[in-house]
Parts: sequence; C-alpha cells; structure tokens
Amino acid sequence: MPPAHQPPERPPLVELRQVHLSFGSNHVLKGIDLNVRKGDAVSIIGPSGSGKSTILRCINGLLTPERGEVVVGDTPVHALRTEAERIALRKRIGFVFQQYNLFPHLTVLENIVLAPVRILGVARETAEREARELLAKVRLADKIDAYPGQLSGGQQQRVAIARALAMHPELVLFDEVTSALDPETVGEVLSVIRQLVEDGMTCLLVTHEMRFAEEVSHEIVFTDGGEIVERGTPRDIFHAPRSPRTHAFINGLRN
Amino acid sequence: MATEQSMTVKAPWSAPSLPPTVLWFGVVALAWAALAHFQRETVAILWQWMPHLAAGLRMNVLISALAIAIGTLLGAIVGALELSHRRWVGAPARGYVQVFRNTPVLVLIFFTTYVFPFEIRLGSLYLAFPDWIKATLGLALPASAHVAEIFRGAILSITSAQWDASASLGFGRSQTLRWVILPQCVKRVLPPWMNLYAMITMSTTLASLVGVTELLESAKNASNTVNRTDFTVLIYLAVLTLFFLYCYPITRFTTRLERKYAFH
Repeated sequence: MPPAHQPPERPPLVELRQVHLSFGSNHVLKGIDLNVRKGDAVSIIGPSGSGKSTILRCINGLLTPERGEVVVGDTPVHALRTEAERIALRKRIGFVFQQYNLFPHLTVLENIVLAPVRILGVARETAEREARELLAKVRLADKIDAYPGQLSGGQQQRVAIARALAMHPELVLFDEVTSALDPETVGEVLSVIRQLVEDGMTCLLVTHEMRFAEEVSHEIVFTDGGEIVERGTPRDIFHAPRSPRTHAFINGLRN
Repeated sequence: MATEQSMTVKAPWSAPSLPPTVLWFGVVALAWAALAHFQRETVAILWQWMPHLAAGLRMNVLISALAIAIGTLLGAIVGALELSHRRWVGAPARGYVQVFRNTPVLVLIFFTTYVFPFEIRLGSLYLAFPDWIKATLGLALPASAHVAEIFRGAILSITSAQWDASASLGFGRSQTLRWVILPQCVKRVLPPWMNLYAMITMSTTLASLVGVTELLESAKNASNTVNRTDFTVLIYLAVLTLFFLYCYPITRFTTRLERKYAFH
C-alpha cells in the first residue's frame, strides 16, 4: 500500500505533542510527537519497554501524561478531568488488547452487544443484527453462542475486534494483538485487520509483526527508550533507515 | 451412653479428609442405630414433643434467613463502598467491617437486645420490637461485615484487565461493577457465602441466651420437663438431626448454583 498517493493535507485525527510520562522513577515517555491522519494505518515498532503500549493508553485516556498534549479530533485528551469526559472520548476509540480481555461470563454475542446496548443505548435487536454482521466479517458467525473460554486465542482476538467495532469507533488502537497467539492463528487476526485498513478505518498499531506492518501501514514509527527515533514510509524504515538505532533494530530482527 | 455419643460427634473434626456430608450422614445414622434399643416409650415421648421442637426450628429458620438476607444486602453495599476511591466513603466502610468482624457474635446479640427498646413509637403508634428481631440484627451485623469482605475479595480477584477493557468500551466505574465485575464475582462468592450461612444458622442457637424460644431452648424445655437421661440424649440427637436436615439442602442448592455459574 504505497502512501505516495495519499493526499498529505488530510487533517490529523490523533496528535501527540511532547508527551512525557513516568511510572515512579521510570521515565517511560520522553517527549513523544505523533500524528495519525484520518484513514491512515500507522504502526509503532520498537524494542520491548520502549513505551509503545503506554502511547496507546494515553490516547484513550487510560493514562494521563504528566506533560504534553494529546488531541483526538478536537478533544484535548490531556485536559480531561472527569470520568464523563473520558467516557465520551472512549466511545469514539476502539481498543484491542494483547490478552483479548473478553468478558468470560458472557457469550460471544453478549460480549459484542453489551456496550452498544448499555452505553450507547442502541436497541437490542439493532445491536444483535450488527453483531451478527460483524461476526460474519471476522468469520466467526458460527461461534455466536460460544463462551470465550471455548475459543482459541485467534478466535477470541477476532471477537475482541468485533466488540470494538460494534461501538462504531473513529479510530482503533491495536496493542500487540498477535503477541499472545499461537503462530498458526496469527494470520487469521492479521487478515481481519488488513481488511479493516482497506475499508479506510483509522488504525494505530503497536506490533512485532514486521512483515505485516510493512505491508499494511501508511507510516511506521520506530520508538526506543521512550523517544521516537525515526518515522517514515515502510520502505524507508525497513529498507533505508537513517538512524543507526533503527538500522540495528531492523537488522537484529532479520538475523 | 453419653460418652459414647460425644465420641461419635467428635469424629468429623478428627478425620477432616472425608467429605463432611458423608461423615454427618454416618454419625447421625450410627447414633440413631445405637438408640434403637431405647424403650419405645421414650421415643413416643419424643414424638409428643415434636410439634414443640418444630415451632422452635421455625424460629431458627426465620432468624437465619432474615439475618443472611439483611447481611448480604448490607454487605454487598459496604463491600463496594470499601473499594471507593473517595476516602470519606472508603474509610468509614472499612471501619464498619473491622468493628463488626472483630466482635464476638454473642456480645453483639446481647448488645442489640439490651440497647434497642422493646417497642418503637411512631407518632401515636407503638410497634413491638420483639427479642427475636433484635437477635436477628445481632447476627445480621457481623454477617454484613463478613459479606462485605467476601465481596471485596471477589472484586479484587477479578483481573484489572477487565476494568481496562470495560473502560475502553465507555463503561464508567459503577457500570463496570454492575455489568462486568459483579456477575463474575457470583461464582467466587458462593462457597464462602454458604459457609457464612451455615455459621449463622448455627449461631441462631445463641438467641436462646436472650430468651428467644428457638430449637435449642425448646429442647431444653422438653428435657427439663420430662427429666429422664435417655430422653435428654434422644432429644438433643433430634436437635442435631433437625439442624442437619435444614443445612444439608442449602449445601446442595449452593452446589447447583456453583455449577450453573461455572462458565468456561
């Protein structure tokens, strides 16, 4: 997916400016700048502990940065103080977790309709119809009455994606969604994400699947030690990195 | 005979590896078998006293059911308050739990009996406040503190990832508690809740000490009136059996509930 013919003047949907965050004495984010334009897929890559997941959690307000600005659409996330304001933001942002985090006491269908019905106030029949469509889309229509514990990791992760999409988000954040999966089920999850990107959903992915990131992303961001070292097109980052740190990371993976 | 019986009764504590229900069945069956040689006359007297005992047992059932109902309702609320992020909500709830968990039940029953008035005046209306209700409150207070701790523990045992997932879908804290966390707690809460119910049921006999005529008190009345050793043994054995017949179905019912909530 060559990003060259994407018009660059599209406004950013997500914007991070000089975001700093520490956990105790551990300075996790050291001035992160990031832009995601509407309809783009951006992948964040980098070594473990470089603050990738923390960036995602700052965007949907699960974490609040100590300094800097996080803006989603026209919402200043860093300035939100009340639970109600954060809830309004989170309704617009889908989040898919590494460990799926499905609700184990509910069936697949109930997992998907719970938030639309209870939070958005969607009529139950409408929510169920949409849930069926989403399950067909992630190719799990036959698992509608299963419990999460009866599904494989890849199936659970696809349900989690359907659950996020049921809220009609403007943006979906993927937090290492294939890292906990068996190798043989990684592909089925990635193909669902690929379809999503092709449909024009704005996606921000933290991933260790380099080949996949190269293939679907409009932009790659390389983080290391709480900083953004380099950003660019997949071709630039993977084949002509300017920073020696990026070069070392990419080559370290190849060897 | 009496020594022999107390030996049998002790058996469950000395051999904890066997399932308690099986042991109880064994103990009760053995004891009744040993009593088979009792004179028919003694058994006939017991039969005469049965309605009296049944009336006593009704009081135990009433007190224990009411105490666990009040205790569970109050405890669920206090347990959730204990976890509140607001200090002026959490601290009093935790104080309440500490006070009522660390007080002997008998002391609380005496306390509620002698502190509360015997009637309540509502304008010109006088409402009787009988001793059995005071004893029920004396049992409900520690029960609510225990239920609060059971709920608090269960809520904390649910992984924080469930809170994150719910928050990311736009749930607030109380909505997460209501729709995601508490439904998952039901299964974890049932076994300790059942233990509590059994404990409360057994503690209802303490109500006899503040003059409530329940099963133990009825048996004592019967024993004193008939005044025969063999009858005394027989009637206390009957008390034991009646308590077992009350508690055992509850255990079975809880097992059924646990199975129902055993999602995969």
